[in-house]
Formats: sequence, C-alpha cells, structure tokens
Amino acid sequence: MAVLQMQRITICGLQEDKKSITGFIQRHGVIEFNDLLQQDEVFQKMDFSSSEAVFSKNSVKADSALETLEAYDSEKKSLLSMFEGRKQITLNEYDAFSEKETEISEVVAEIISLEKEIAESKAEILKFKLQTETLIPWSSLDVPLSFQGTAYTTAFIGTLPNTWTLEMVYEQLAEYTPVNVDIINASREQTCIMAICEKGKADLVSDKLKSNGFAYPVVSGDIAPIKQIQQFEEQIKEYESLISADIEKIKGLAKKREDIKLFADSQSIGAGRYNAASQMLQSKNVFFISGFIPQKAVNFVTDYMKNYSAEVVVEEPTEDDDVPIALQNKGFAAPLEGVVEAFSLPGRREIDPSMVVAVFYYLFFGAMLSETMYGVALVLGCGFILHKFKHTIEGPMKKNMQMFMYCGFGTILWGVIYGSYFGDAISVISTTFFGKTVAIPPLWLDPVKNPMTVLVLSLALGIIHIFVGLGANLYQCIKRKDIKSALYDVILWYMILVGCLLMGLSSQMIIGMTGLSWILPASVGKVGMILAAVAAIGIILTNGRESKSPVKRILKGLYALYNITGYLSDMLSYSRLLALGLATGVICSVVNKIGAMFGPTPLGVIIFIVIFIGGNALNIGINALGAYVHSNRLAYVELFGKFYEGGGRKFEPYIAKTKYYKIKEN
Amino acid sequence: MIDFLASNFGVTLAALGAALAVFFAGIGSAQGVGIAGQAAAGVVTEDPSKFGKVLVLQLLPGTQGIYGLLIGFIALSQIGILGGSSDISVAKGFLYLFACLPMAFAGWRSAVSQGKAAAAAIGLVAKRPEQFGKAMIFPAMVETYAILALLVSILMVSAIGGMNI
Repeated sequence: MAVLQMQRITICGLQEDKKSITGFIQRHGVIEFNDLLQQDEVFQKMDFSSSEAVFSKNSVKADSALETLEAYDSEKKSLLSMFEGRKQITLNEYDAFSEKETEISEVVAEIISLEKEIAESKAEILKFKLQTETLIPWSSLDVPLSFQGTAYTTAFIGTLPNTWTLEMVYEQLAEYTPVNVDIINASREQTCIMAICEKGKADLVSDKLKSNGFAYPVVSGDIAPIKQIQQFEEQIKEYESLISADIEKIKGLAKKREDIKLFADSQSIGAGRYNAASQMLQSKNVFFISGFIPQKAVNFVTDYMKNYSAEVVVEEPTEDDDVPIALQNKGFAAPLEGVVEAFSLPGRREIDPSMVVAVFYYLFFGAMLSETMYGVALVLGCGFILHKFKHTIEGPMKKNMQMFMYCGFGTILWGVIYGSYFGDAISVISTTFFGKTVAIPPLWLDPVKNPMTVLVLSLALGIIHIFVGLGANLYQCIKRKDIKSALYDVILWYMILVGCLLMGLSSQMIIGMTGLSWILPASVGKVGMILAAVAAIGIILTNGRESKSPVKRILKGLYALYNITGYLSDMLSYSRLLALGLATGVICSVVNKIGAMFGPTPLGVIIFIVIFIGGNALNIGINALGAYVHSNRLAYVELFGKFYEGGGRKFEPYIAKTKYYKIKEN
Repeated sequence: MIDFLASNFGVTLAALGAALAVFFAGIGSAQGVGIAGQAAAGVVTEDPSKFGKVLVLQLLPGTQGIYGLLIGFIALSQIGILGGSSDISVAKGFLYLFACLPMAFAGWRSAVSQGKAAAAAIGLVAKRPEQFGKAMIFPAMVETYAILALLVSILMVSAIGGMNI
C-alpha cells in the first residue's frame, strides 16, 4: 500500500554517449522528464520537432499501410487475441531490423500508392457509371448528342420536363412547319426529344422550346450514345482489372506485415527520442537530463551510468515540485489500482487507498453476484487468460483479469453461503428429469426466504465499510500531524455514529423491524444517547472552526451536523448488496423454471439445455456488469467520500510507446 | 365473470400487482436503454473502438426491468400462481398489489432518468475516454432509488405471505 517515493534526478553525460543513455532510459521507462534547468549561452535546448514529425509521419503511414493490408488480406486472429498484448522481441533482433528499414519504408510507400490507385480507379468507375446512367435514355438515338443539324436544317436534341406525347410537341411547334420531332425516350420526369427544323426558323423554334422548359442534355459526345456507353463499359472493365491487379499486389506484400509493424514501432520510438531530445539542455559536448524517478529505480540507473562518464545527482523533490504519482501494491490490492486510477490518483499528502478498497471490493462484488457457478466461471475464465498469455499480457489488462478473478472468489464465497448453484438448477433438474428432489443446502441462509436477515447483514457490512473509511481519514490526519482534524472530523463522528448505533440496537422498534434475536439493555442505550449528544454538541462547536465569526461558526457547525443524514443514506445504500444478490438468484430460478416447463421428454431436455445456456449467459453478463458498477460506486461514493479526494498527476515516464512489439533486454 | 372475480378477487389483485411491476419497470428500462442507445450509436459512428465502453453505459438503465421481473416473479411464486394453491384473501390481494407499486413506479421513472444520465455519460466518454470510471458513476447514482424501491417491494412481498389476514 503505497504511493511510490519519487526523487528528482539529474544526469549529465557526454554527447557521444547520448544515444545509448537515452536509449536505455527509454527502454526501461523509469524517468519522467521535468526540466527545471535554465537555458543560457552554453546550454540550450535544441528544436528537433521537424525530425520528430518525419518519424511520426512514417509511423502513421505504416499504420495506414497495415490497415490496407488488413482490408484486403485480413489477419487471422483468435477470439482471445485482445488479451494477448504485444509480441516480444529482443534488443538484438530490434537492432538488426534497422538494416531492413529502408526496404520496409519502400514497401509501405508502395502499399500506400497502390491503395491510392485503387481509390482513384474506384472514383473513375463511379464517374463512368454515372455518365452511362445519364446516357441510357438516349441509347436509341443514332446521331451523336452534339449533332447540330445539316446544311439546311437545325437539330435540337434535349429534354422537356415531364411526359410529352408526339402530338403535344407538334402542337407547340405547329406554326414553324416543316418540323420533324422524334421522341427518343419518355418517362415521368422527362421526355427526351430530337426536333429538326429549317435553319431560318431555328431561333423561333428554340425560343418556343425553351419556353416549354427545353434543356440540352448534361452530357455531350461526338459519337452515338449507344457507342459511347459501350466505350464507357470497356473503360470500367479496364479500371476493374487494374483494381484487382493492385489488390493482388497488396496481397503479395502481406507477408511483410510483421516487418511493417516493427517499422511502425521503430518510427514511433524514433519520434519519441527526438521529442525527448528537444527537452534536454545540451552544449557542444554534454547534455542534461532532468526529471522524476521512483526511489526504487535510482540504484539501477546510477549503476548503469557508471559504464559511461556521466554524472548523476539524486535529490529529494522540493515542496514546490509537482511530483507525479505512481502506485505500487502487492497481492490482491494491486489489481484495484486501476479502480483507484479511474477515480483519481492520490493528491498531495494523501494515502494510496488501493488496500482499503481491496478489503471490501471483492466481498461486495461477490455479495452482488452471489452465484457459485458464475464465480467459478469468472475464476476459470480469467485464470485461463492469465495463464495462456502470462508472458505477453499487458499491465492494465492483466490487472483487470486478476481483479475479476479475485471477484470470482468472492462470488463463490457468497454463492456457497446462499446455496446458489445456477440458482435452484440442481433441485429443478433432479425433480423434473429424475423424479426425486436433490438440493445442496445453503451454508448459511437462503436470501429469498430471509431477506430481512440479509438486509441487516448488508447494512452491517456497510457500517463497517464506513467506519474503515473514517479510520483511513484518521490515519491520514495523524500522518499529517493534524490532531485537530483527527479529533473534530473523525473522533467526534465516530462517537456520534457509535452512540446512534447503541441507541438503535437497544430500541425495541428497531429490533422488531430487523428481527434480531437479541437486544442491548436500555442502560447501554442511554450511554449511547449521552455519547451521541456530547458528540453532536462537539460537532456544532468545532466543525465550522475555519470561520472567525462565532455565529457563522455555530451555523456551519449545525450544517455539518446535518450531515448525519448523509451517513444514514450511505448506510442504506448498502442495501444494494441484498437487492442485486437476490436479482441474480431469482433470474436463475426463472431460467430454470422456464426451461423445465416442457417436462422430462427428449425434446424437453433439449429445450432445457438451450434455455439454460442462453439464460445463464445473459444473466452472468448483466449481473457481473451490475456488480462491477456498484462495487465501484460503493468505493467511490460511500468509502472515498470519507477520506479521499484524489487529484494527483500520473507518472508518465519517457518510454518507448510501441503498438505491436515490446522490446526486452537481451 | 362476476362470479369468477367474486371468488378469485384476491389472487387477481395480486397478479395485477406482479404484472404492474414487470410492465412499468420494463417500459422504463426499454426507454432508458433506448435513450442511451441513441447516444451510443452516435459515438460509435465517429469512433468504433469505443463500442465496448459505451455498451456498458447503455446497459446501465436496463436493470430496472430486471428488478421488475424479480418482484413480479417473487409475487407470483408467493401467491401460488407458479404452482401450489392460490387461495388469497382480498385484503392480501390488495397488499400484494401495493407491495408491487414501489418497484413499478420508481423503476419506471428512474430507468428513464438513468437513461438520460447514461446518454450524458456516453457523451463524456466520447470526449474523454479515460474518464470512463467517473462516467459510470453518474448513471449508477440514479439507480440507487430503484434499488431502494426494489428493497421495499421485496420486503413487503415476502412479509405478506406470513400475515394472518
């Protein structure tokens, strides 16, 4: 349970060693650059952003080439590949790759240009198809669309809006005879016509036609439309064969996929290196690195630097330093760092709450899923993935898998306590198909039959959870040597809560409601009342202590006391442990009941199996999600509300940010 | 019809209660999941890689429907419709009906509100995917009230059976 202790480190090395030193730091990812040193005439920061851009661009190009490969020759992946993480490669293999870099960058460029050619060809095909479509109505015309007429005649080829019959057109042109009109094609939207008249009347005919909405066709051509359509089709075929040839070429390059991945990674490593170099102070002969390093990595780095003529200074960070936060926990608390981080990392002088969260998280998750076999499924599923990919699985995914595995153990625990094995599947199956009833009795109680007992249990767990939260606050106050806060904000609240509890547990009404079999004597209740009253007065007097004016102070204190209702609602909030726990079991029973409806026939067995599998898959999905969300909520709202604010900045070390390969030391 | 009601009025009322719990909570969840689903689909058009996260958020308002089913099922098995005798007095019938109402109505309205909160949370994840943990909590806050209703309904439904009226 700890926030890693950070140190400020400054390394001064010779330019000739820069590449190996920064390479070492980048591979291990132990230092976050955070420069305090000032530039002067000798030591300056150099701008490498243009080199960085070249590398990033290459990396992006390689990614897009990989996307193209994936589109035309998709890589076979198993369902579990999302858990697999990056492949590993040794440093020597990685270094050896640099010889191939030029070749691969050419391959990348080729794939990109092929992809571009394909896209262009597709655009051309689309263009020809559109033109063909506009030409189709004209296909029975045997002169080109650009035909103007002969020596003594003028031809008008174009469209009139809506449907026209031959008579209607002749009627319009009656006064300009002799005219010849042909209807090439008529549809509801437009009528394609060719009208021929004497050259002398051309203007008049033109005006008349235009007043009726005549328009020249949007396409034009020097050959007859039907021939033009044929030409377009030939061109489309040409482009199509070009595309399939290109696709074949791309498929041929698919064997370079792994190299391209490595290329993408090596380029982004390069970009990262230039980015880092821009942040270093350098002179002609030496360079400076300054930043934060976790205490535990200090020796490792200083030992390595002894190989070079480099000077290392390690100091405690000052009060003004914006020290980044990294968490490190052991055992079953470690997987919950992700849950803490999703809320916020610990702020200045706050403790790492992972351990406090862990104590209850798995228990609450289990109580809400509370189904033995689902727990087994979680443990086996996550365990399998953790085992299968134990060398390559990435940190956050590994933590999630571990977390759900531990949650699975919590679930098994509660499932056995409640006696739920796929709900009441065992008794339903034995009754329906074998004619006698077998059942595993619950280890303790059946929540459907004793909801009140489980409710009391849930609330009791809640009270413990809240008390632990307050305890963490107490620990924090003492660690900060803030005795006043410890006394006024924690101890007084402990007193009032304990007082109220004692009062409640000695009152006949509460005991009657909860169905507990024992009651505290009235004298204890009285003690509780006095305790609570003293604490309440204490809270009114002290909890507004930051205000100067006594009136304001009392008012603030009263308001703080009102917060007791907050504790009540916090406590009731734990009733979700019962509600969600019941939900899983009851849905299981519903599934079993529906499945068993068709009785002990062969068809009935098949239907039972289908409904059983489908129903349980749905149930585990939705209830595991619910249990996860509400475990988080109980941690974030009820627990963190008592002591934790967060606000820390994440430790972002300078590290090789690769997508596909992970480089390990030889 | 009159005769039937006269002799089975209790169990009819109880069955009405069970039906209301399933039906209102179901409506609410359908609407809530629908609202969140629209937002989720919008996010996925822009960035398909967020599918997993927004799907989780979309599912959150779905629980009320399950709680409704839960109350309906417990009520039905208590009144003996799913096997056993279904001899329920009118007074008990009314009690069952009322016992189902908290889940029916709190489930209905909270699911719709939770759907809206989930849609907003989906918007949050679209812009800041790293804040998923917090985004999940906002809709979960709404659910508390459905859980409280569920609790009261469960306690009432399971207590009625033992009453001597």
